[in-house]
Amino acid sequence: MSASTPYIGRSVKRLEDRRFLTGTGRYIDDIKLPDMAVMAIYRSPHAHARINAIDLTAAKAVPGVIDAFCAADIDMDLPEIPLRLAPFDGFERFLQRPIADDKVRYVGEPVAVVIASDRYIAEDALDLIEVDFAPLPAVTQVDQAAAGDTLVHEDAGENMATRYTVGRGDADDAFRRAAYTRRERFTTNRHGAVPMETRGLIAEFNPDTPLLRLHGATKVNFFNRRHLAAAFDLPEAAVELIETDVGGGFGARGELYPEDYLVPIASRRIGRPVKWIEDRRENLTATNHSRDIVCDLEIATTDEGRILGMRATVQGDMGAYIRTNGGVVASKAAQFLPGPYRVPAFSCDVQFLVTNKTPVGTFRGPGRFEANFCRERMLDMVAADLNIDPAELRLRNLMEPADLPYRIGELVPGDVNATFDRGNYPSALNQLLDEVGYADWKDRQGTIIDGRAYGLGIACFIESSAAGPPETARITVAADGAIEIRTGASSVGQGTETGMAQICADYLSVDIDRIGVLHGSTTLVPTGGGTFHSRNTVMAGNAVRMAAETLQARSIELAALRWNTDASGLEYRDGAVHQNDAAASVLSLVELAAFAQSRGTDEALAADAAFDNEGKLSYSYGAHAALVAIDVATGVVEVEKYVLTEEIGRALNPAMVQGQAIGGLVQGLGGTFLDHMVYDEDGQLLTGSFADYLLPTSTDLPDITAIALEESPSEFNPMGFKGAGEGGIVAVAAAVGNAVTHALNAHNIQINDLPITPDRLRAALRAVGA
Amino acid sequence: MTAQHSVTLNVNGTAHDCEVEARMTLADCLREKLDLTGTHLGCEHGVCGACTVIVDGAAVRSCLMFAVQAQGVQITTVEGLADGDTLSDLQQAFHDNFALQCGFCTPGFLTTAESVLAENPSPTRAEVQSAISGNICRCTGYVPIIDAILDTAKRRREGGQ
Ligand code: FES
Ligand code: FES
Repeated sequence: MSASTPYIGRSVKRLEDRRFLTGTGRYIDDIKLPDMAVMAIYRSPHAHARINAIDLTAAKAVPGVIDAFCAADIDMDLPEIPLRLAPFDGFERFLQRPIADDKVRYVGEPVAVVIASDRYIAEDALDLIEVDFAPLPAVTQVDQAAAGDTLVHEDAGENMATRYTVGRGDADDAFRRAAYTRRERFTTNRHGAVPMETRGLIAEFNPDTPLLRLHGATKVNFFNRRHLAAAFDLPEAAVELIETDVGGGFGARGELYPEDYLVPIASRRIGRPVKWIEDRRENLTATNHSRDIVCDLEIATTDEGRILGMRATVQGDMGAYIRTNGGVVASKAAQFLPGPYRVPAFSCDVQFLVTNKTPVGTFRGPGRFEANFCRERMLDMVAADLNIDPAELRLRNLMEPADLPYRIGELVPGDVNATFDRGNYPSALNQLLDEVGYADWKDRQGTIIDGRAYGLGIACFIESSAAGPPETARITVAADGAIEIRTGASSVGQGTETGMAQICADYLSVDIDRIGVLHGSTTLVPTGGGTFHSRNTVMAGNAVRMAAETLQARSIELAALRWNTDASGLEYRDGAVHQNDAAASVLSLVELAAFAQSRGTDEALAADAAFDNEGKLSYSYGAHAALVAIDVATGVVEVEKYVLTEEIGRALNPAMVQGQAIGGLVQGLGGTFLDHMVYDEDGQLLTGSFADYLLPTSTDLPDITAIALEESPSEFNPMGFKGAGEGGIVAVAAAVGNAVTHALNAHNIQINDLPITPDRLRAALRAVGA
Repeated sequence: MTAQHSVTLNVNGTAHDCEVEARMTLADCLREKLDLTGTHLGCEHGVCGACTVIVDGAAVRSCLMFAVQAQGVQITTVEGLADGDTLSDLQQAFHDNFALQCGFCTPGFLTTAESVLAENPSPTRAEVQSAISGNICRCTGYVPIIDAILDTAKRRREGGQ
């Protein structure tokens, strides 16, 4: 390791900012290729219908339309969109093909494609497509799906994509022994990532070369390449996925979607590059939704509130197909239900139900947001029933440092080794309580001042990060001294370039301005793991560190050759190799790069590395507190103050960590109060524009304090990093739900359902005469 | 197809002659005809503010205006804010405050903030919050954006502008 560490741990300004600030970023819709055409997609207006006939004649006749096609016109076997994560048995019956043929199963499912010279013409032509649909009854609720009167996929014979039970200890016995039990149903609203940039792709398909180049890829490019190559019967080397600047991911962007196949098919049909950009209405029906969990939770405790066991049924509404993220949402909701507490006995029936809605995938903190809401709301109910302070109840039950590491058991099928690593959960809660002045609040819960009811809610969380395949990095020093990092990780706007450059600069002891970072595209590195599960800093960061260490060794080797001396007397420091001879000779990286080059074309001052954490996850944890004021007359909730603590091991760039926490928290406020994919009973999405689907804006902000703790560095990587991307969001609904309940304690109103809206609150208040 | 109309757009101090359909939005014209792709489209229905440009001093959603309506007006887009290689004070403040992550919303915030500051050089925090409440950012949680705008206002006042 280098002598000084001037960059890691400092709020280094972002390297990527300049192009974004000057309007010179290159997002997918900014790219124009010669002779490029544009495609638009005719999407199902029905949630569930048989397709009797499709007539594209009128659409094709529009001047400027180059081609139009539907499933019947495609001259290849339509591949199934693969399962990438949580691929449980049974899901294989519910996979999606890129375009509907005989039946549509959600509003927004692709039915036909128009390719035209520009988007205005393509959209004109969409209006002229005639499809004869025979509508079927729509399944829009999990209970209805479980009843199975209408089947979304007839061949499967049921709407239950899979179902399993997981647990540890003897839950039934715990409930028999318990002094106290309670059972509640909680629902988390269907909402989604909704990044500001909609999805988009440009395909260049040249069957003669052969080559499929897909611009606009991100997140898991090497996985996607493998599957696209197979789908189009190409060698992997003939498929290039090119990453552009990306306007936000949050879990949804970069998975394989129908369009990842349709855009290449379109390009292959017309022999020209084809661009597709999702409009916002499409985005709200075509891009994965998330959350949408119904959880029946039971808890058993002693009369002092010590948890003996939990039992639950988690029902995930999967939408119409199982997409790449498989069972992540509901399986993680189940796995994280016991949370950071000592729950000796736990049993959970997990059900994955298929409905006529947009398919579900991950959104920041998948399953955690939901699990924390259910559990933390339940704990506050226990505290009230047993007359124990909510913070005290949590401190009684939180795992202590001595309980860790803790093997949580096989709470996701196949995940037998999941282990909470070391940490100090009570410390994170206690620091939160101090910061928010909790001791002063005990008597003020429910105080009404000027018609506004005040409440403070708290919640604890634990959250895994950095799972998945190894990550790669290559560092090259050019003869002009420029240092280039290439990594298989992607950037979705979170500052990956800056973070990687910080690590490289420290481990090579060089100025950060010399470093450039290229990421993601399959043309840059031979393989890569990708960007999800808060893994970039941990996985790519450690790959960069290892590459830098290898590059130091390589520099010493080259210097030994150059000086014709033994490497053992040489030392790498301050960006150069030093010899302890009389002249104190020095060879800088620039000189070594030039020397390497002079030795032959295959020589370079470069180093490769791959970091593999061998499935050993580090867990971030912490606590949230929300202070709310509720206008009792209108049901409007204002979050006045929000405090969170999050143990992240070590902060690579504190300002960027802060940005993740605050950004996540505000997204969480959206998920708690606003974001809601509302469907009617026919399966029509009623919130299909930003006028109806509401996102948090700058006037919805509390006074925020986000404290990143660095007390418990990860043992699984030498720099000690844990993920920092999701701790801001995962406990928001939990803390806010508790705060609202406390504020309204005079009326005994319990928040069991999200989102918390003024009309729902007013209805609850009206029902009790308030 | 539909009839083409000639329009001269004055953008960032340069006049551009374009042939456009009457229905072409100003946003599409800037992006497709003039290759000024810094103006972004987040919704195309007037809610997100990503497409905001400055038209004769006022913040305007270029997805809600037709190119043919822009004849004779002065348009400033994000590409017109920096002075050559030097970032404007507002751009610099966004950089210094970590007021962007993915950067997709940033052009709209910069142009909105410029028109806000021109109208009200001494905004309160609440006034800034309300002035940018029609722009959506999914990444930052807004706090650093508000800080950056307030910083710029302060520096401009101190600089005697
Ligand atoms: S794109 Fe114009 S307001 Fe959203
Ligand atoms: S920085 Fe990503 S939307 Fe604002």
